[in-house]
Amino acid sequence: MHQDSVLHNLSLTMVLAPLLGAIVAGFFGKVIGKTWTHRVTILLLMVSFACAIYIAKLLILDGMPSYNGVIYTWADVGKYQFNVGFLIDRLTAVMGITVTFVSLLVHIYSIGYMAEDDGYQRFFSYISLFTFMMLMLITANNLLQLYFGWEGVGLVSYLLIGFWFHRETANFGSLKAFIANRVGDMGFLLGIAAIMTYFGTIDYSTIFADAGNFTQTTITVLPGVHWNLITVVCLLLFIGAMGKSAQMPLHVWLPESMEGPTPISALIHAATMVTAGVFMVARMSPLFELSQVALTTVLIIGAVGALFTGILGVIQSDIKRVVAYSTLSQLGYMMVGLGASAFSAGIFHLMTHASFKALLFLSAGSVIIGMHHDQDMRNMGNIRKYMPITYVAFLVGALSLSAIPPFAGFYSKDAIIDAVHLSTIPGAHFAYICVVLGAFVTALYSFRAFFMTFHTKERMSEGLRKNLKESPWVVWVPLVILVVPSIILGAMIAGPMLYDPHSILGNSVYTAPQYDVLKIMAGHWHGAWSAVAESIYTPAFWMSIAGVAVAWLSYIVFPRLPNFVTRRFSWVYYILDRKYGFDDFNQIIFARGTVGLGKALFKYADLKLIDDYMVNGSGRGIEWFSRTLRKTQSGYLYDYAFAMILGLLVFLLWLLLG
Amino acid sequence: MIPLSDYLIVGAILFGLSLAGIIINRKNVIILLMCIELMLLAVNTNFIAFSHYLGDNLGEIFVFFILTVAAAEAAIGLAILMVLYRNRQTINVEDLDSLKG
Repeated sequence: MHQDSVLHNLSLTMVLAPLLGAIVAGFFGKVIGKTWTHRVTILLLMVSFACAIYIAKLLILDGMPSYNGVIYTWADVGKYQFNVGFLIDRLTAVMGITVTFVSLLVHIYSIGYMAEDDGYQRFFSYISLFTFMMLMLITANNLLQLYFGWEGVGLVSYLLIGFWFHRETANFGSLKAFIANRVGDMGFLLGIAAIMTYFGTIDYSTIFADAGNFTQTTITVLPGVHWNLITVVCLLLFIGAMGKSAQMPLHVWLPESMEGPTPISALIHAATMVTAGVFMVARMSPLFELSQVALTTVLIIGAVGALFTGILGVIQSDIKRVVAYSTLSQLGYMMVGLGASAFSAGIFHLMTHASFKALLFLSAGSVIIGMHHDQDMRNMGNIRKYMPITYVAFLVGALSLSAIPPFAGFYSKDAIIDAVHLSTIPGAHFAYICVVLGAFVTALYSFRAFFMTFHTKERMSEGLRKNLKESPWVVWVPLVILVVPSIILGAMIAGPMLYDPHSILGNSVYTAPQYDVLKIMAGHWHGAWSAVAESIYTPAFWMSIAGVAVAWLSYIVFPRLPNFVTRRFSWVYYILDRKYGFDDFNQIIFARGTVGLGKALFKYADLKLIDDYMVNGSGRGIEWFSRTLRKTQSGYLYDYAFAMILGLLVFLLWLLLG
Repeated sequence: MIPLSDYLIVGAILFGLSLAGIIINRKNVIILLMCIELMLLAVNTNFIAFSHYLGDNLGEIFVFFILTVAAAEAAIGLAILMVLYRNRQTINVEDLDSLKG
């Protein structure tokens, strides 16, 4: 009992500290001033981070059993019980560290980035709230609390993307994010409802314990169409994950989320929000493992996203958008890892991605500060001369992202690619091709952005160049801190995370024996350094090298090459520039369709049917009726007499015939 | 012996004539009053005929009552007519349409 209460108190502190920070900053921010706002929120987040580390130490190093307890019963309805409860296991511990670590650095970084902004306190309140919501999501022990956190990050992301609400594009982006997430959340909610109907509970432990009993259950999706219950549930939950984790075709909101301030992009893209879907699939692994169809779907959608959204990154000229598309692509990789049943690899990539993506975003933000909020790479060039620390940070991020050994990204991405290669799930071959090609694309766009920004000729205006200098220390210190995990995190924990029989995630994720690819891979694992040496025999490594080389050739050696290729293959460029038409499709079919439907309903249902026919129509009908009836009232005596006689006759006839 | 049906036919003809008088007449209100009297007479004829035919004098009593009412009605009707003429300077039926809707 003692151990339980330790974990209980720790997790409660970890979750509630950011909420307290959000409340203080949100309601009393103006009273306590800018300095105290960031002091309070950062201090509370440090508390949260410390708790996360201690929880991880207890669970992973000391081998304490996981904690599953109810904090508060929210509602007790019939046979259902809705609780606020914590499930603190190793998966939660790993996620907790990732979330609080990146969030803490983003908080510190924001002191510098948001210094001039009027909404300083509001901003800190939002990002603390964002962290709280994400922590609620990962600590949940039931689907309802997961859903609460899920919607919470959705809401705060809407507020944050639209942080500069006087900008037209920011409002557009925040709405788009909100609506695209609604689509996914609808599926997620249906999934939860299906679980609740059939399992009779929304508590993880009961669901996972009972899952085996439902493998043969079918439900009627459409009249005459019977599908396996587990498959339907998993697909519905995965639709939710597609929304949050921005998988095709619900990925459209993520590039638009660049309209928010850069620290937000780092927070949304690296540690919170987009990882929620990945986390959820890993959490639900006992269900997903029971449905091959669901695993294949995850695999295919992830693989398509990994390759095709990556390609879009190659033609972007906005530095933040390049990184945004790389997030889409990397999320695809994580999903591929999950789909191949290598849940540990997916979560591992999530962790390394969190560090190097946060690093890339914050470095990009540092460049943007220097460029006075000009984000166009065509106006940059040779910035390494002015911002050496940012230069190194971005380089490390790009190397890690491109999976160049021995950087962190190499271990996680290589593990995923290997896992797909070994996987026997249908669609694994296709996914393998996608992720290997994706490695080339990843390296190409990362180093394209790197060369365009930090090398090549200086293209900025004279006035900007004079003022270009390294960002203040609050900005570059988080970068330096993030450089460390981006380099060593992979080599350090790849072994224990993936291949150790008592791996870091332990039994918090479940892999069915027939899909257990990591076990096969464990046989080939000879430590972090030999993995680097062996990497030269893998196609993925050469793909990455080729990507870097192509970027170097096109932007340093032959700077005219990109223009030539663009002109020569203008139709390809056109397709990519239109982002495969997803945006246009949504804009035309959904946005314009909805507006059209609304207008049609307004015109025909509201104005015509209700206003005209029913409201005014009943008035008009009575008017017409009385005007007609009025003609019978001639006022002449003989007409009335005639009517009386006629009535008499009618009664007489009735009497005789009836 | 005149059969009952003959009386009834006379009564019906009288009633029909007076009815036609009421409906067709578009000129004089006095004619209307006369038609109403005629109608009552037609009814009276029927009463008398049936009374005789059934050997029940209740019908004859009814006729007395009707004659009384008819006399009173004629008096009132003519009085109204006088007032009407005094007010409107006409007893033309066509002009009396103040009830028109």
